[in-house]
Amino acid sequence: MEIRVLAATGVLGAGFKVESLSRGVALQPTFIACDAGSTDSGPAYLGSGKTKLSREACARDLRLLLKARDALRVPLIIGSCGTSGRDVGVEWMAELAREIATEERLHFKAALIKSDQSTAYLKRRLAENRIRPLFPAPAISEQVIESSHIVGMMGTEPIQAALANGAEVVLAGRASDSALYAAIPLTLGAAPGLAWHAAKTLECGAACAVVPAADCMFATIRDDHFDIEPVDLNARCTPQTIAAHTLYENANPFLLTEPSGVIDTEQAEYHALSDRLVRVTGSRFRPAAQYTIKLEGSQLVGYQTIVVGGIRDPYIIRALDALLPKARAFFDTRIADLFPGQLTKKDYDINYRIYGRDGVMGQLEPMRASGAGYEVGVLITITAPTQELANKIATFVSHVSAHLPVPEYQGIISSLAYPFSPPELPRGAVYRFSVNHVVAPDDPCEMFRTELVEV
Amino acid sequence: MATLFDLCSLIRSKNAGPFVLTFDLMFSSQENYERAKRSRPLTKRLLAQTYGQQEDDITLVYHDHALAIKASMPRPIFQGELQDGDCYGGQQYVPLLQIEVA
Repeated sequence: MEIRVLAATGVLGAGFKVESLSRGVALQPTFIACDAGSTDSGPAYLGSGKTKLSREACARDLRLLLKARDALRVPLIIGSCGTSGRDVGVEWMAELAREIATEERLHFKAALIKSDQSTAYLKRRLAENRIRPLFPAPAISEQVIESSHIVGMMGTEPIQAALANGAEVVLAGRASDSALYAAIPLTLGAAPGLAWHAAKTLECGAACAVVPAADCMFATIRDDHFDIEPVDLNARCTPQTIAAHTLYENANPFLLTEPSGVIDTEQAEYHALSDRLVRVTGSRFRPAAQYTIKLEGSQLVGYQTIVVGGIRDPYIIRALDALLPKARAFFDTRIADLFPGQLTKKDYDINYRIYGRDGVMGQLEPMRASGAGYEVGVLITITAPTQELANKIATFVSHVSAHLPVPEYQGIISSLAYPFSPPELPRGAVYRFSVNHVVAPDDPCEMFRTELVEV
Repeated sequence: MATLFDLCSLIRSKNAGPFVLTFDLMFSSQENYERAKRSRPLTKRLLAQTYGQQEDDITLVYHDHALAIKASMPRPIFQGELQDGDCYGGQQYVPLLQIEVA
């Protein structure tokens, strides 16, 4: 048995070399896959449905992949379409694929697999005690389900079903990155440990190459091993870089949880066949007693306005810890005065972040006590139930922050230097991750809806 | 005396999902890795103190093939919360750089 897998790049829209794809095609892959999303960029994408990477960047990659697929007549699998994998992301990617197909005169059968979750379904599963948080996510209630946008992260099964029904191009909603690469090898009878471990290694493209790149990666899965290499002949990989990829963005490198079980790489061995080809053996897969689908949810927090400034005066910098609580207390009074009955303290948030002191690490900053440098940057975030309210609050927050009562000075001074006029910048809706749970379905496919379309 | 920074080719922090912060310390040679594996400069207790966590909630593993130490813990502030200053969790490793290795 030999299954050849071409991973286009770490995320669709990040790019890959045209020459790498050409060489990848010449290696005659059994299929091509690429993931197109992640939660790593924060809750805004899942909350809003907007994509992180530009339409132009995604279209460029998708066009090259659709043409490569057409030349080879092999399946192309794209997962987590539109960053969050929301239904709107799948529609967005499908529209892009249709446009490209028209321009390039390509024809294919596409499967659109949707992963948005209905409130009714999740409430039922919650009531049945079949939803549990992934530590350390907080528990959820019906109220959290109702106020969040939630996707389910599919495993291989809906993808395998779509391919069995003749799909040549799979555009999937939220999906396990590894499932995109494991679906076909598992269908073709690859050993589950090897199929999943190869998939896990491929999912970031050439991120595990030396030097890490947004580029193609290629794996060949055989009966008792898989071989993996960056497609670019100038790139290398080593047993260490391939082994180390199991560390990336995972909590535990030896045990990687997928819907149907756990990839166990503890016994895996990595051997260099050359300076750019690594052979992996000994990977195992332990099927789970209970199949689970991960849920990701994002919830609207409010609308935000930001103010950016800087402080140069050392007497002001050293007094900030005393001055800012007073400013906050003043804001509470001012807001109660200006918006009586409209806003209570829990409805808004005013936060100062002092760059140059502890802007990045906050309370955990070990150097905080040693004092700031000669200049600090100040970022003020004002969050309120509407953009209009956030803007209105920001106008007096910026004003007061620029005129802090510095003990060393008798009269009014400008305590904060603003680079912009006006200093307040509306930032739009802000979201938080509200759900990071697993649900136990009756069937691996019941939470996903597949539509087959001729393009 | 050498620091983790001296012995590693890469020290990074990263999200492992929105609720978990993870640290990868890749050593630049087998010798450096073995040295750290012997002397155990990074402990659950030290990580718990540095990041305000419970020791029991911390995962700490040595990965022989990757020549790496990996530690994971609940994110001190969950990703995207209003107080979170590091959306990717990418700059949280700095307190580990100067830890001394015997």
